[in-house]
Amino acid sequence: MLAFTLRRLGQSLLVLVVMSFLVFVGVYAIGNPVELLVNPQADEVERLRATAALGLDKPFLEQYATFLRGALHGDLGRSFVYNVPAIQLILDKLPATLELAGAAMLVAMALGIPLGLVAGLKPTSWIGRTIMAGSILGFSLPTFWVGLVLIMLFSVHLGWLPPNGRGQTVVLLGVPVSFLTLDGLRHLAMPAANLAIFKLSLLVRLTRAGTREALLQDYVKFARAKGLPPRRVIGVHVLKNIMIPIVTVIGLELGSVIAFAVVTESIFAWPGSGKLLIDSINQLDRPVIVAYLLVTVTIFIAINFVVDVLYSALDPRVSLGAAASAH
Amino acid sequence: MNSAAGDTPLVTEAPAAARSPWRRFASEFAESRIAMAGLLLLAAIVVVAIAAPWLSPQNPYDLAQLDVLDSKLAPGEHSSSTGKPYWLGTDDQGRDMLSGIFYGLRISLSVGIASTAIALAIGLVLGLAAAYFEGWVDTAIMRVADIQLSFPAILIALILLAMMGQGTGKIIAALVTVQWAYYARTVRSAALVERRKEYIEAARALALSQPRILFRHLLPNCLPPLIVVATVQVAHAISLEATLSFLGLGLPITEPSLGLLIANGFQYLLSGKYWISFYPGLALLATIVSINLVADQLRDVLNPRLKR
Amino acid sequence: MSDSAPLLEVEGLRMHFFTREGVVKAVDDVSFRVERGRVLGLVGESGSGKSMTGYSVMGLVDPPGRVVAGRIALGGMDLASLDEKARRKLRGGRIAMIFQDPMMTLNPVLRIDTQMVEAVLAHQPVSRASALQRSREALERVGIPSPDERLRSYPHEFSGGMRQRVAIAIAMLNRPDLIIADEPTTALDVTVQGQILSEMQALCRETGAGLIWITHDLSVIAGLADDVCVMYAGRIVESGPVDEVLDRPMHPYTRALIDSVPSRNTPGRPLAQIRGMAPSPLALDEGCAFRERCARAIDACRAAPPVGSPSARRTLRCVNPAA
Repeated sequence: MLAFTLRRLGQSLLVLVVMSFLVFVGVYAIGNPVELLVNPQADEVERLRATAALGLDKPFLEQYATFLRGALHGDLGRSFVYNVPAIQLILDKLPATLELAGAAMLVAMALGIPLGLVAGLKPTSWIGRTIMAGSILGFSLPTFWVGLVLIMLFSVHLGWLPPNGRGQTVVLLGVPVSFLTLDGLRHLAMPAANLAIFKLSLLVRLTRAGTREALLQDYVKFARAKGLPPRRVIGVHVLKNIMIPIVTVIGLELGSVIAFAVVTESIFAWPGSGKLLIDSINQLDRPVIVAYLLVTVTIFIAINFVVDVLYSALDPRVSLGAAASAH
Repeated sequence: MNSAAGDTPLVTEAPAAARSPWRRFASEFAESRIAMAGLLLLAAIVVVAIAAPWLSPQNPYDLAQLDVLDSKLAPGEHSSSTGKPYWLGTDDQGRDMLSGIFYGLRISLSVGIASTAIALAIGLVLGLAAAYFEGWVDTAIMRVADIQLSFPAILIALILLAMMGQGTGKIIAALVTVQWAYYARTVRSAALVERRKEYIEAARALALSQPRILFRHLLPNCLPPLIVVATVQVAHAISLEATLSFLGLGLPITEPSLGLLIANGFQYLLSGKYWISFYPGLALLATIVSINLVADQLRDVLNPRLKR
Repeated sequence: MSDSAPLLEVEGLRMHFFTREGVVKAVDDVSFRVERGRVLGLVGESGSGKSMTGYSVMGLVDPPGRVVAGRIALGGMDLASLDEKARRKLRGGRIAMIFQDPMMTLNPVLRIDTQMVEAVLAHQPVSRASALQRSREALERVGIPSPDERLRSYPHEFSGGMRQRVAIAIAMLNRPDLIIADEPTTALDVTVQGQILSEMQALCRETGAGLIWITHDLSVIAGLADDVCVMYAGRIVESGPVDEVLDRPMHPYTRALIDSVPSRNTPGRPLAQIRGMAPSPLALDEGCAFRERCARAIDACRAAPPVGSPSARRTLRCVNPAA
């Protein structure tokens, strides 16, 4: 187990370095590097000074080394717009995004897995078909448009929920969270629901497919031949088998939800890192863009790593260290 | 073994008529009424997209045809100048929404299909190469594909567009980059299974040239899963492009896809002028749903493991 | 439940699959009996309907299949009159089934003890500890060493033979009256096969359970069974005590099967084969399904062959048997 974990950790770090290199190349080498790093409003003197100060007249690899060193110290430049270190800006906004993503994922799981199970057990019944039809709809609806419709319905038409912003926050473990207040929940409801719909449909489909395949397996027949009540056949035998791939997907999708939050945050003006990214792209605040990319990539790689390790822990068939005795 | 003395001629039973695989495929596909409905809807959308210039009541991008006094009219209201009805209302520039949607469909579909086709071609070549040559070629290609697939599509697209800037070609490039890995992986898996089969051994034994083996023999058998993936991916590409356009990072305003139309109408949502965003959204939804319905049935029909 | 009633009596069983392409008569008018402590062999090629017969008795037929006619009586009690809950109580309790591939019949992600204990608890209101103890004893009885360790393992940690023993142990847990074994040794090496066969035979003699052994391998039946039913295309073409049927086979198919077993040939001679191929299950009609491949086929074979009784304990479905 340890050897496997270390190996995966090494791989993850390698990917991180490669990605940082790619981001570096993208930002520093494509186009005029000075343009990318210096405030577009700066005049010629500023540019020359910046060029020298940023070491842009030095060889490429040396620049990359400087960049890496800075990155490792958490220094990714200062935001043009807010004039604070870019990384600080990102980290300030990250809790809001994580809260949104977490809430969305929770909703998706709580609804998606049971619905998918039902759809897989009774694929031809009207409830099974309705669930599947619903999942195709949920899967096809562009997230941003659903957000619009939600605002139309719940804010403009019914006036029940606020159309933008984050609600009142309280500090939990040093981090501001909003789901603990009623006002916070009112603000969280629509964005979380919006973000959840796509993943929910995905989970329904995945669970349904897994259930349908599992039901065809011999071990289900054998479990029934043992006279086990259907509740146990499904709840233990089938569920445990399908949970393994589902858990992996959930883990991987968590990263995707964080990325997709960009859209939801834009629509609902949710003050998270995604909204910050879009604003930065539109305002040409490049250090923030770089900081966002690197932070997100790191989160991703970390999630992938954890999921990989978890998967091997969950599936007893994956032998991690000592050779299995099966012959 | 005693020989059969006194055998009388036996009735030979006629073998069940073999149906050609195409007809069987078509009839299996048609079993799902929902999928057929999806197919019909999709066909209608494609026709509209192709015939947009002729079907639209107005060319919304010809400034001469616009009357800014007609702006933000609700669906069903009439033009103050020509008296013609605007079936789905107008936007803030007085553009007819219905026409805008027709043209928008055209652009959304073209971008989606073009990017899918290019990504398919690239992924196909790389996947086949990986499966056929194995060794370091395989590892290299698959490593890159795996890493890329572990990041969500939208993030990759955002990174690319943040670096490259806007423009139709850049959007297509981003969409292609996001998709190629799916095809490469699918083709490679299918090819790996196929190449172990005997007919490839036979072809090799006949010393057929490698490209010939690849294209004439391996490829046709890898097609079914590829078709399913490609169909779904077109829907994804259209959706992704719409999302990117909505965020302002997508197609330029001179080629407004449905996403851009929706973005345009967003600001008027809170004042109740929902139609500027809502109807383009419906059109987008219809397109994606119909593609997904078709893709679902394709997957069920082509999946060997679900065959009873 | 009278003692004079046979343990299992099956009469006129018909099970059909209703598919897109037509109706497949998987089990077509099958009748047989099993007595306590005796072994019945059900022999046939793949597709002959032998496994489906087993599933029908267990009540494990899934759509698009359905039992359409026939009587299945366990100890005189008609199973069709029971509701699903009652039938479930019988399954794993009074009737147990063993399947062919133990890797797939044991759930790969659950431990052995979980899978054994649940089988006990589903039928008897005992404590977990007591169920665990029973499981341990069952493993010992089938010859698995260090059962405590094995209980805590997962299926993939066992060899094929061991896994099948575990499956047998599970089947025996609730002391069933009837065991249906569906090709349990086909997936195993020959040496292991022999061991398992004799172990099962001994177990049945000890407990007085009846055993239905489903297989395509006649040589297995020869050494193991008391009675045999030969199936072809969903019908029983010949049945009777095993010695009689194997020494004096009357149905041409039985004959051909016996002749094709390699050990009966002297070395050097070409293997006898049954010419032709098994018919497609969709293309069956009322007549004898074997007639295309039969050396003794006559015109009358086109009509449904009646079931005759050439001697007290034998049945035969043939109009032109090899005497």
